[in-house]
Amino acid sequence: MNEDRMDEVLLDSQSVHKSFGRTEALRGASLSVAAGEVVAVTGPSGSGKSTLLLCAAGVLRPESGRVTYAGQDLDELGEAERSRLRRRDFGLVLQFGQLVPEMSAVQNVALPLLLDRHDKASSFTAARGWLERLDALDLADARPGEMSGGESQRIAIARALVSGPRVIFADEPTGALDTVNSERVLQVLLEVSRETSASLVLVTHDNRVAAVADREVILRDGSNELRVGA
Amino acid sequence: MAIGHVLLGILERGPAHGYDLKRTHDERFPSAKPLAFGQVYAGLAKLASDGLVEVAETQQEGGPERTTYAITPAGVETLESWLAAMESAGPYPADELVRKTITSLLRGADTTAFLQRQRATHLAVMRELVASQADVTNAAASIAIDHSISHLDADLRWLETAAERVAADRTRTA
Repeated sequence: MNEDRMDEVLLDSQSVHKSFGRTEALRGASLSVAAGEVVAVTGPSGSGKSTLLLCAAGVLRPESGRVTYAGQDLDELGEAERSRLRRRDFGLVLQFGQLVPEMSAVQNVALPLLLDRHDKASSFTAARGWLERLDALDLADARPGEMSGGESQRIAIARALVSGPRVIFADEPTGALDTVNSERVLQVLLEVSRETSASLVLVTHDNRVAAVADREVILRDGSNELRVGA
Repeated sequence: MAIGHVLLGILERGPAHGYDLKRTHDERFPSAKPLAFGQVYAGLAKLASDGLVEVAETQQEGGPERTTYAITPAGVETLESWLAAMESAGPYPADELVRKTITSLLRGADTTAFLQRQRATHLAVMRELVASQADVTNAAASIAIDHSISHLDADLRWLETAAERVAADRTRTA
């Protein structure tokens, strides 16, 4: 990433606590991301990686701690404002794509723009543009059930990028893919991050994915790993 | 000299003679090839000539002469330098990595810190390999890089599991 952007913290989650029933998923975890930075969040299964990502992305509300984006405390935003932020500024890619099964690829990609009340023609033009960029224009009319895992994931990435997000959150984006498709998906995410200066937060247990990041944040038992003897 | 360092690690717990050293080595590293007596005595002779061990006692009770060796301050220093030095991340570092981790753990040293630093060393090499993979355009070069990445990935997974086990062991014995 560009050195002069290193100090500009865009996304800041500090001392985040989050429980599901009796299970404490996060116990004071923190994650700061600079504009344009690529950060890998790693750690064993159950260490709270995905929960931290969803809190930072404004999908989950933590019980305590502070999550800010561009200086704005997300807890101070109402549900409608949070949704708008997620649609416009954040792009979310999950392990299995999570596409709407009844919709075609191009409809899935255009969806965030249509929900944000962009006109239909420009939304579909932008969606087709992203499908082309991801080498998936031939899948425009296919439904998710007709695609392979790698194809679905490319459509999911196009959907996450269509709004021009400043932060791309990717939770195990290559978790369901073979090595060659993983490389392809990862390459696209990195290229877009570089071209648009979007920050990229990658939750992963794959060392190959962690290796592309500028920085690694390791979680253990819901907290940041203590760096001993460093 | 890995065997010499392992002998130093054993001798640091107290003076021992050749047979004890062989038995302890074989117990510590059950998956390794058992140490031959010749290797033990050759190793001890080299360590003694380097001033890293010294003869603590010589006994002869009706049988062959038995010499007990003790580690010297220079030996402790050599052991510590070996444990502090990062292993090269390739091409076949696993044996030395395992020896070093187990010796560190049984010595009561800060194995977690060692494992964290070693992970960082491995990940730095992984970063270079993944970047070079993105640059190559022919299958042969890709396959060669895949081989290195896969071995490195196996080591990284082992380092993560070892860190988990060390943490669990610490919780259990706390």
